[in-house]
Amino acid sequence: MIRICYFARFREQLGLAQEEVPCQPGILTAEDLLAHLRARGGVWAEALPEGDRVMTAINQELVRPETAIRDDDEVGIFPPVTGG
Amino acid sequence: MDITNAERIESREIPCQDHRLNPDQAMIDTRCVVDLSDEQLLRYGRQILLPDFGIEGQERLAAARVLIVGLGGLGSPVAMYLAAAGVGRIHLADFDRIDLSNLQRQILHDTDHIGWTKTASACQRLARLNPEVEIIAIQSRLSTESLRVVVAQVDLVVDCCDNFATRLAINGACFAAGVPLVSGAAIRMEGQITAFSGSSGGPCYRCLHPSEVHEDRTCSANGVLAPLVGIIGSIQATEAIKILTGLGTPLYGRLLLLDAATMDWRSLSLNADPECPVCSREASGSSGTSL
Ligand SMILES: [Zn+2]
Repeated sequence: MIRICYFARFREQLGLAQEEVPCQPGILTAEDLLAHLRARGGVWAEALPEGDRVMTAINQELVRPETAIRDDDEVGIFPPVTGG
Repeated sequence: MDITNAERIESREIPCQDHRLNPDQAMIDTRCVVDLSDEQLLRYGRQILLPDFGIEGQERLAAARVLIVGLGGLGSPVAMYLAAAGVGRIHLADFDRIDLSNLQRQILHDTDHIGWTKTASACQRLARLNPEVEIIAIQSRLSTESLRVVVAQVDLVVDCCDNFATRLAINGACFAAGVPLVSGAAIRMEGQITAFSGSSGGPCYRCLHPSEVHEDRTCSANGVLAPLVGIIGSIQATEAIKILTGLGTPLYGRLLLLDAATMDWRSLSLNADPECPVCSREASGSSGTSL
C-alpha cells in the first residue's frame, strides 16, 4: 500500500487529508501517482492539473517527481507557496 | 513627518562601514566588535541572558549586516524583530508603495503612510523602534546585477518577496556569494520556511523547485490570513538571528510547512538536487550565473 497525505490547499480542495492506494504496475514514481489521481477526474483533475507544479515528499523527504515509490511508502502532496 | 521628509531619509547616502566581517564566512567574525554600552546592555538584556546568546551573541548581531527583500506581510515582522534585536545594519529592498489593502497584515506600515514608499515608511518605523540600527533603503527594482552588488555587502539575506522569479534571482545571488538565505512564503492559510547555508554542495532554493514553469498565486487573488504572515515572518527572523549568532541549529536542509486551517506542521528533509542548475557540482564548475 501507498499512504498519501494531502496538505493545505490540496486537503481543502479534495476534502481529504489522507488515503491509501494499493501498489500497482502503473504507479512506479511520484509522477505516476499524480497521474493516477488526476485520472479520477472531477475535483482530482481540477486540483492536480497536468503541468501544474506540485511538491512531493516520500517518507518526509522532498523528492523530484520522477522518484520511485515503493510499497509502504508515505507520499506527501504539497502545494508550492511563493507569496509574501 | 510628511512624505518629503520620509523620502529624504530614504535617499540619504549612508557610507558603508569598514568591513568588520569576513564575507567568506557564514559565521560572523567577532575579532573586532564594539563594546556594548550600559544602555545597550539594558536594551538587549533579555536576549543576552540566554546562555547560548550572551554578550558575544549581541556583539555578533551588532556587527551583522542583513538584506531583507520585500517589506510586505513577511518583511514587516522580519524587519521589526531584526531591528529590535539590534542587527547592526539592515538593507531594505522594496519598490512598492503602501496601499490601504496592505494594512490588514503589513504591520510595519501605518494608515497615515498610505501612498508612501514602503522603504520610507519602514525607515521611519524602524528608527523609532531602535535608533541604533543603521538602515539602508533600496527603493529601485532589484536586477540580477544590483542583487549581486548588495548581497556581496551583507552576511545574510531574508527573502520576504512575493514572486518566484525574484526568489530565484535572490537564490542565485546568495549561492554565488556564499551568503546564507532564509526563505519564507505564505498565502491563504498556508506557509513554508527554510534556510540555505549558501555553502557549496547545496541544497538551494532551486533544488526545492526544479521545474522552470511556475505560476505565482497572489495574495490579491487568493487572500491571506493576517497573522499567518506574522507566524512565518517571525520564524524567518528567528532563523536569521540564530544563523548570525551561532545560536541553536539552523533550518538548513529542512523545509517547514504550515497548514494554519488545521494548524498542522510538517518538516520535510531537503537534500541537494544533483541536477540543480545552481548548486550542483557541475553547475558550480560552469559560469555560475544560472538562476
Ligand atoms: Zn540547488
